[in-house]
Amino acid sequence: MNTDIVSELSAHFPPEAVITQPEDLFAYSYDGTPILQQLPKAVVLVTSPEEVATLLRLASKHGTPVVTRGSGTGLSGGSVPVEGSVVLCTARMNHILELDTDNLTIMVEPGVINNEVALRADSVGLFYPPDPGSMKVSTIGGNVSENSGGLRGLKYGVTRDYVMGLEVVLASGETFFTGNKCVKDVAGYSLKDLFIGSEGTLGVVTKILLKLIPRPAARKTLLVVYERMDEAAATVSAIIAAKIIPCTMEFLDRTTIRCIENYSKVGLPLDCDAILLLESDGHPAAVDEEAQRMEQIALEHGARSVSLAKDVEEATKLMTARRMAIPAMARVAPTTILEDATVPRSKLPEMVRFVQKTAEKYKLTVGTFGHFGDGNLHPTFLANERNPDEIHRVHEAVTEIFTYAVELGGTISGEHGIGLTKKTFLPGAIGEVNVRILRELKRAFDPQGILNPGKIFDRLPSAGVTTAHPTAN
Amino acid sequence: MSSSHDSLRTLDYSVVQQCMHCGFCLPTCPTYDATHLERNSPRGRIALMRAITDERMDLTRTFADEMYFCLGCLACMTACPAGVEYSQLFETSRAMIEESAVLNNPTRHWTRRLLLKGLFTRPRLLRLIGRLLYLYQASGLQNLFRRLGFVKLLPSRIQQLEPQSPTVRPKFSHQLIAPVERPRNGKIQYRVGLLTGCVQDLVFSNINRDTADVLLANGCEVHTPSVQFCCGSLHGHNGEAETSRTLAQRNLDLFDVEGLDAIITNAAGCGSHLKTYGRLLAEDKRYAERAAIWSRKCKDISEFLVQIGFRAPTAAPANLPVDKLTYHEACHLCHGQKITAQPRRILKSIPGLKLTELAESTWCCGSAGIYNIIQPEMSQQLLTRKLGHIAKTGATVVATANPGCHLQIENGAKTKGEKIHVLHPVSLLAMAYRAEAE
Repeated sequence: MNTDIVSELSAHFPPEAVITQPEDLFAYSYDGTPILQQLPKAVVLVTSPEEVATLLRLASKHGTPVVTRGSGTGLSGGSVPVEGSVVLCTARMNHILELDTDNLTIMVEPGVINNEVALRADSVGLFYPPDPGSMKVSTIGGNVSENSGGLRGLKYGVTRDYVMGLEVVLASGETFFTGNKCVKDVAGYSLKDLFIGSEGTLGVVTKILLKLIPRPAARKTLLVVYERMDEAAATVSAIIAAKIIPCTMEFLDRTTIRCIENYSKVGLPLDCDAILLLESDGHPAAVDEEAQRMEQIALEHGARSVSLAKDVEEATKLMTARRMAIPAMARVAPTTILEDATVPRSKLPEMVRFVQKTAEKYKLTVGTFGHFGDGNLHPTFLANERNPDEIHRVHEAVTEIFTYAVELGGTISGEHGIGLTKKTFLPGAIGEVNVRILRELKRAFDPQGILNPGKIFDRLPSAGVTTAHPTAN
Repeated sequence: MSSSHDSLRTLDYSVVQQCMHCGFCLPTCPTYDATHLERNSPRGRIALMRAITDERMDLTRTFADEMYFCLGCLACMTACPAGVEYSQLFETSRAMIEESAVLNNPTRHWTRRLLLKGLFTRPRLLRLIGRLLYLYQASGLQNLFRRLGFVKLLPSRIQQLEPQSPTVRPKFSHQLIAPVERPRNGKIQYRVGLLTGCVQDLVFSNINRDTADVLLANGCEVHTPSVQFCCGSLHGHNGEAETSRTLAQRNLDLFDVEGLDAIITNAAGCGSHLKTYGRLLAEDKRYAERAAIWSRKCKDISEFLVQIGFRAPTAAPANLPVDKLTYHEACHLCHGQKITAQPRRILKSIPGLKLTELAESTWCCGSAGIYNIIQPEMSQQLLTRKLGHIAKTGATVVATANPGCHLQIENGAKTKGEKIHVLHPVSLLAMAYRAEAE
């Protein structure tokens, strides 16, 4: 019998589904994370839960690590292959299986792109709110595995808040469904919640049941300019104190504003310290009133100017400034290191100032933008990966930023996940007991440790990675 | 003279490094969309290029095949947040592939030599062949040969292409346009050069005439050298970097680059390449400066018309089948030159035409230069998709601004038995101006 996993894969899958050519493997050696790269042993493009089960059974038998990947847009190295691994790619499991307009749910395969779900929902007057920056590219499977957020977190929550059920294949090849279309369900532990945000370390998700909500009828957008960041922060607090929950409250700092203006000349003032982009959605009458209140509050708290979009076209124009943040900064330097330290909303000005000071200390360029409403910041370092000294300084700065975020009662990752890049910070952030429980859970689901090993925390020491047939032939 | 742009290993490293592998290009890439294989995506291709640049991988046949599977539609450049110069990477890769000869076999070698170096560098010879093809088509010989089944005697690859061979016009550009034409009435506001192209010159010389007419109607003195060289895009896109530089020099010699206000092209594929002369000849001491001026002055016709505030016509084009119109965006206009609003402005200015937007209007139609010849299967898939969207608009007129797309859509519709007229936006504008006089 043959003990080589690659030849066994070839025997069980159609030839076009198993990829081993070096040129192909190079193209699966990275995800959206800067710098990280590792060639896998093979890539399998699965098309059904049965194929996923077959692959995992074979991997278990051979003790081969399996790294699950959707579109590979992750920013913490979650889908970067580990040495000797097989990449399980869900890109071809991209069908919307059912849209249930009575129960307001949609059932999809993991390779369906986030935006496809949003568009499908929209076509029947429904709404799928989670909108990570990668929404036109990233898969729902990936969104579930990283518990992706987006711009609408404050009002609408994140991916977790829309997952009603999951079909999961375990490392053993067993397949089960957790959750259902019921709003209320307390039959046993909520296993689906364990898989959300588990970064491919507990099982492989093969079907996802998502909740949809009615589409808001109206939307209003405001762009507010401040000379001091504290005034922006005070505005945000005052808006929430006034019992208004806008769907977006985006923030741009001075460096980000300058990068955007240099690149796209959209007319942002270069001498301001902060810009807020506020959006209210819902019933037209309520939206009108909220927008007016927000404008008033902004002006009361020192805003230099407020632009209220008159129509959709103008709103799109205002949103362009925010959408330009990453492109504008990405053009400044070859390597863009995008972090996602998150703190309680009230601590945001402190955090932004700390990021700016730390960047100065390490002689680095950093632009910070993010979701002011939910405290999720994106300090973005502009560097060059071919300059090891600079990359080292980025690492030092990021370490200080994470430590400070945790001190302020925040977290090292709001929406990108731990993956490879943040695992050394995890014990400090959540504590040893928490990490021990995570490891015990991992062992319960994946005793051999073949699912995305070395992500979130280092590989499990015991319960060994054993080869089923050591030297047998 | 070779250039640092002819090899990935000598190209400025920052061009390769600019890709941050975020993946935003994936959903816009027609080949990735078809296969969902990362290697068939821009991000995957750049990863391979970088592996070659870093000498972690050899330039293999598989890489070469991959780079010829790429359409070069440049949709990825529109989607790219980091501003990666994919077109430069694409051309450099193909130049390196041709230099390495990994794809060489005698047939490919001689076909390429004959077409790229023999025919498309010699405008007079190209016109002679065009003339013979015209006589063959116009005399009825083509129909006779087809009826007699002579076509079946041809090699199978040529047999498949034979029905697609474009119909050559009875008159070429130089027989329709004088070297210098001035507006009949009104004073001269601009002096412009007009590029007549290769395919455009033989198959769509009427579009060149229409372009000249529209320019004249908008106060331009039009300079059209009677013998012009291929712009070199065919060569640049197919790994013949040196020939493409030579052709750029010849064209620079033909025009009073410093004196003209603009140099006008009406073929998107040519325009996208013509605008890179500055970069192409940046290391050429004799030509660098004029090439840079050329790059600034070279304009697509729709871009120029909108820039000068063209006169909106007051009459509807005569003899147009129906008023229902849609617009297909040539890749090298919308992605290559970022020109999207201007052609629509022109179409919307014409009385009697109702523009219905085409779904996926910026998605490649599969023509992609000579892609439909070298990758017929993928090309056909894209054409079917395009025709499906066109059918859904109910349009009977499709406007598009590139000869490749023009022929591809026209042939596709004909094969499907659909009555669709394909027209260049500038032709529609010229028709409207002419209708004013009637």
